[in-house]
Amino acid sequence: MKKELGIFLLLVALCAVTAILNPRFLSPTNLTNMANIIGLFGIFSIGLGLVIITGGIDLSVGSMFALAGVLLSIALREWGLPWPVAALFVILVPMGLGALHGTLVTRMRIQPFIVTLCGLLLYRGLARFIADDNTKGFGNAEGFETLRAIASGKFLGLPMPFVILIVIAVVMWLVLHRSVYGRYLFAVGRNEEATRFCGINTKLVVASSYVLAGLLTGIAGILLAFYTNSISPSTHGNFYELYAIAAAVLGGCSLRGGEGSIIGIIIGTALLQILQNLVNLLGIPSSLNFAVMGAVVLLGVLADSYLGNRSKRTS
Amino acid sequence: MKGISKGFPGVVALNDVDLSADVGEVVALVGENGAGKSTLMKILGGVHQPDGGEIRVDGVARRIQNVEDAMQLGIAFIHQELNVVDNLDVAGNIFLGREPRTKPFQLIDRKKIHADAEPYLQRLGLDIPSDTKLEDLSVAYQQMVEIAKALSLNARLIIMDEPTSSLTIAETNRLLALIQELSGQGVSIIYISHRLGEIDEIASRAVVLRDGENAGELLKEDISHDRLVNMMVGRSISQFYVEPKGSSKAGYFQARDVRSSRYPHCSVSFDASQGEILGFAGLVGAGRSEMIKALVGLDKTAGAKIQMNEEQVEIRTPRDAISHGIYLVPEDRRSEGLVTEMSIRENITLPDMRSYAKAGIVQTTLEKTKADEQVQALKVKTPHSETLVRNLSGGNQQKVALGKWLAMQPKVLILDEPTRGIDVGSKSEIYQIMRDLAERGGVILMISSDMEEVLHVCDRVAVMHEGRITGVLDQANCTETNIMQLAVGQSVEEAKPASSE
Ligand SMILES: Nc1ncnc2c1ncn2[C@@H]1O[C@H](COP(=O)(O)OP(=O)(O)OP(=O)(O)O)[C@@H](O)[C@H]1O
Ligand SMILES: [Mg+2]
Repeated sequence: MKKELGIFLLLVALCAVTAILNPRFLSPTNLTNMANIIGLFGIFSIGLGLVIITGGIDLSVGSMFALAGVLLSIALREWGLPWPVAALFVILVPMGLGALHGTLVTRMRIQPFIVTLCGLLLYRGLARFIADDNTKGFGNAEGFETLRAIASGKFLGLPMPFVILIVIAVVMWLVLHRSVYGRYLFAVGRNEEATRFCGINTKLVVASSYVLAGLLTGIAGILLAFYTNSISPSTHGNFYELYAIAAAVLGGCSLRGGEGSIIGIIIGTALLQILQNLVNLLGIPSSLNFAVMGAVVLLGVLADSYLGNRSKRTS
Repeated sequence: MKGISKGFPGVVALNDVDLSADVGEVVALVGENGAGKSTLMKILGGVHQPDGGEIRVDGVARRIQNVEDAMQLGIAFIHQELNVVDNLDVAGNIFLGREPRTKPFQLIDRKKIHADAEPYLQRLGLDIPSDTKLEDLSVAYQQMVEIAKALSLNARLIIMDEPTSSLTIAETNRLLALIQELSGQGVSIIYISHRLGEIDEIASRAVVLRDGENAGELLKEDISHDRLVNMMVGRSISQFYVEPKGSSKAGYFQARDVRSSRYPHCSVSFDASQGEILGFAGLVGAGRSEMIKALVGLDKTAGAKIQMNEEQVEIRTPRDAISHGIYLVPEDRRSEGLVTEMSIRENITLPDMRSYAKAGIVQTTLEKTKADEQVQALKVKTPHSETLVRNLSGGNQQKVALGKWLAMQPKVLILDEPTRGIDVGSKSEIYQIMRDLAERGGVILMISSDMEEVLHVCDRVAVMHEGRITGVLDQANCTETNIMQLAVGQSVEEAKPASSE
């Protein structure tokens, strides 16, 4: 809890500074847009956080977005599938790929970094091949207005991705911090061997975290496709896994596994996105975007380990 | 060391403690689990900083801020929980950080490092090649490697925190002889152990700690089991071992053709009755732990046929074993027995989460009740059950590893070195718990390398040698000589076959 408080304060401070330097930060348009983006990124960052808690990593998220986006456009426009079927299909594909990753990691004992690095290359290539390297979109085609509304509409004045994030966060909070399964996730991340000795199917627990990450990636993939409204397979979702990893780490996840929280991940996501917003609003050259982000993540983690060590020594 | 104090959140681990060691002296440091022995030594070894007090080396006051400082002062520390690098070889571990280099490129001089390691291994009488990976060695050998490392550092004071808890008798005797030899060469030794017999044998002085304070000191001629115990726990323990009783339902548990991947060509069969404590003795490497792991489904390539109560039970995974009430308290508590980064509560409930959950949601209050119950029953020394297991003393960790299975009504409880690192008082409590469990109809299988324990606690003892049971001794024929003979693979007249077939 202390961990989250620290970066929460950082988030508040950052918002305050930005708002003072540029009042446009608080304008309804900007806030709505922020909420939209935080929603989008928050959803798949939670998925990646789960994988990280088991001691794994998933680098293929961004490429899965490209694949999901291309498939969604094709399913709706070229195959003319009814929207619920298309949506389900686009969610099931990343879940299946997650299951594949999980199996390779647990049964074949290949390191998660390598498995998902191959995934990163593979799915990006696949997406480009399927789309013939052409930009895909939804154009004026009809028949899936409902899906579009669910993905990019508003609810009680809030952008849908943000609403969906709240729902998912509540559910995943219960799963991670209150359920038996969540306890297993942490236990596996901390000591897989001892957990196995307790009669827990640790392989299944680890593999399932990749499937869950796939599910959340699929959902976020649909939202993202409608957010950009056009999917250019070579750049769509590029680097997004790194945003998620950075958010999770900022939010208190340890890449060694066994540590992290839903609230932390969401605050981490928000922090990163607001930082980008700040770069825009304050007129910092956007070429410095990544540099600022890298520096802040590094500072955050440094501060955390410094404070963490100190509290260990003094308390 | 004078007036040393140290506190952790919620505990005063040490309060104004004094300790000294002369040149070439062997000082034994004893006390109950959680008395503060390891903490005191960690302060001397530079792992912890004291809250108060001073340390003098050769009469000069010193501040030991980290492990390097301690090394520089000639203090070597062999930790209770071993500190070896698994994927390095023996020589690499001995010279870690001080590897000999080749001239032009500063690469590790592979020839020299192995040649340099050899004399230390020989001095310890270790017959392992110096290029063996540590992960391929048993705990006992890993420990010997750590001692070799201390020797190579030219230490003038060697701290040994429960060095013999995972060694067999032969290895223990070798170590004790070595300690005496070292002390003859002017090396001082501070020796922590719960095995009071050893202390009697080698210590020139015994310092007793109780609840983080000095409880007294005994000189060599005054050291006796009873007086030590009295000082440690503040009372005398009248009945240490619980008398074995006759068993009730013969052949309740039958294991046939247990094969482990370590000894794929040997199979083990044995019977155990309800109400019985069946011991497994043998030298380190006899394949006892491996056999047991195969039995409970932890060894995928292995096989076993198990019958309980005349019914065949299928055990393919640890889950299967657990669902039949067969539980294993493994040998290595830190890597296999406990998730040390979790609390006592979370560890105790981990194997049985479903009974603490409603609709998949964990009921923390239920967990807490159960955990507190076990903490009390086993007298785990801790402020509360939310303490991380990592912060418990070694013996108290062992109690938690045991407690999680006791909370689940075992039918067959398998204990691999159950009292390793446990103090005398708690040992007798654990024996009592085992006996009670047996009397309520449980089957208890206990692997132990502690000869005393094997002789006094078990109803029958199966002795293993190189993957086979060489014989089973009943109470009447259970003597040290018989066990030792079977353990080295010789036959003994009184020994019986392991199973009815
Ligand atoms: N890092 C820590 N954080 C909090 N409490 C600690 C820590 N290390 C030790 N303690 C507490 O300090 C007390 C003394 O522990 P210590 O490990 O010195 O006992 P010990 O005498 O070595 O016992 P054992 O025989 O079981 O090894 C215990 O109550 C323990 O729980
Ligand atoms: Mg200790």
